[in-house]
Amino acid sequence: MDTNHKMKGLKFITRKIAGFFIDLNNAFQFTLRFFREVFKPPYEFKEIIRQCYQVGYKSLFLITLTGFITGLVFTKQSRPSLSEFGATSWLPSLVAIAIIRALAPLVTALIAAGKVGSNIGAELGSMKVTEQIDAMEVSAVNPFKFLVVSRVLATTLMMPMLMCYTGLVGMLGSFLNVHMNEQTSFISFFQAAFNNISFLDIFSSLIKSIVYGFTIGVVGCYKGFHASNGTEGVGKAANASVVLSMFLIFIEEILIVQITNSFRV
Amino acid sequence: MEEGRRHTDPGELMIRIRNLHKSFGENEVLKGVDLDVYNKENMVVLGRSGSGKSVLIKIICGLLYQDSGAVTVLGKDVIHLNDRELRELRLQVGFSFQNSALYDSMTVKENLAFPLVRHRRHLTRKEQNHEIESVLDDVGLLQTLNQMPAELSGGQRKRIGVARTLILRPRIMLYDEPTSGLDPITSMEINNLINLVRHKFNTTSIIITHDLTCAKITGDRVAMLFEGKFIKQGTFAEVFSSSDERIHNFYNYNFIESR
Ligand SMILES: Nc1ncnc2c1ncn2[C@@H]1O[C@H](COP(=O)(O)OP(=O)(O)OP(=O)(O)O)[C@@H](O)[C@H]1O
Ligand SMILES: [Mg+2]
Repeated sequence: MDTNHKMKGLKFITRKIAGFFIDLNNAFQFTLRFFREVFKPPYEFKEIIRQCYQVGYKSLFLITLTGFITGLVFTKQSRPSLSEFGATSWLPSLVAIAIIRALAPLVTALIAAGKVGSNIGAELGSMKVTEQIDAMEVSAVNPFKFLVVSRVLATTLMMPMLMCYTGLVGMLGSFLNVHMNEQTSFISFFQAAFNNISFLDIFSSLIKSIVYGFTIGVVGCYKGFHASNGTEGVGKAANASVVLSMFLIFIEEILIVQITNSFRV
Repeated sequence: MEEGRRHTDPGELMIRIRNLHKSFGENEVLKGVDLDVYNKENMVVLGRSGSGKSVLIKIICGLLYQDSGAVTVLGKDVIHLNDRELRELRLQVGFSFQNSALYDSMTVKENLAFPLVRHRRHLTRKEQNHEIESVLDDVGLLQTLNQMPAELSGGQRKRIGVARTLILRPRIMLYDEPTSGLDPITSMEINNLINLVRHKFNTTSIIITHDLTCAKITGDRVAMLFEGKFIKQGTFAEVFSSSDERIHNFYNYNFIESR
């Protein structure tokens, strides 16, 4: 009786693990397919533009709010420890390094994963379960091209722009706090802030955002495209795309930081 | 044998299915299906829910692949086509989905324009609009041009689904339960539409249904799918004069249900 139970448990675990690797392989194939199809005509320019607009429009409000608050609060919280050493004049450059190197790409990506990623997962998921994707297929229109390529391109292109915007808004939040406490002028704040920012900092953040944007797009599309079991599957697809893309973003963050640090001397 | 509108000239064979098998895991759905559909014929496939009718026509248009057996459509072996050949074949085959599958983020007009602008690139905007309006007029729904699919009734959605496939002028139409979930009068409108489409566009059709009225009105021939095989094929009268109990039950329950 007991061994029977154990066997069942073992079977369950091996099935889960096998399922995970099958899923991983499918996701990998899906990503490869993107690269195969992205350069092949016909191009769906109109749809790409529409999706770019959607990505920006959906996340703009939340990004503005979060970026501004992050800059403001980060500055406020850092002030006491710096003022202990009489070094509050370092605040702008400290904040700039934190925001541009780390916070802006990450905050933007996490918000986009929540807003845009879940939306892509739900939208494609519901198209899948109501056979709209099959309908495109049988009308000899490539659904991968129309739905997936356009969305992945949109998130990949928009993420760096949104990241720059978040950085800017965050710096404005920080400036507000510094200005209220130290009466620093706008010009001298930004001069101090960008003193210690190197080309590598900006470049690596741009690379990060491109990678994150690609991740959000591919994961959302993959989960949506493989949704099943009716309306329940749509919710699952939306949820899974947020969880998986956030998880991957953290892993990518660690990797990219390691790589860029090896370039710093 | 040679009855009514039935065509048996072998040169006109449009769809040929031999010994088709398909299972999903343990679930054996199709267990050796044979079917021939001739040019301009309306072939009705009858069968209970879950008997694999939708699976059958999805295999015909390459949405699903069989485990074994041969499916030849317009002389082409569907499973062995490459992407481009499959696309070309699909331009000739219209598929009307069980739940219509209209693109719900687009208006009716955009739904119809979607395949049109991608496959008839030489058309001007004006010609496209003309095409869209004329096919909408054929299904009797010109007034819904700018509505969203969510604003339409079930019967209207079915007809828009048919219009969306007709716009590419397919030679073969596959209708998946065109009348399911509709009241008798709306069902009759759909039946008439199916017959109209055949005469106006010279299409060959497979009509999947469990509605006997639909089978009788639209079908030149009827095939009865039961537990993964066709147990009887022929004209409506031939099939239902059979002494097979399974066919009798299907007939009787159908009319108890709807009368
Ligand atoms: N993609 C799929 N994956 C797994 N099983 C499937 C799939 N599609 C269909 N099936 C199974 O195949 C069987 C037949 O399904 P199908 O949809 O063809 O039935 P049907 O005859 O069209 O029924 P209905 O009249 O209800 O539409 C069902 O048992 C279903 O569970
Ligand atoms: Mg069905």
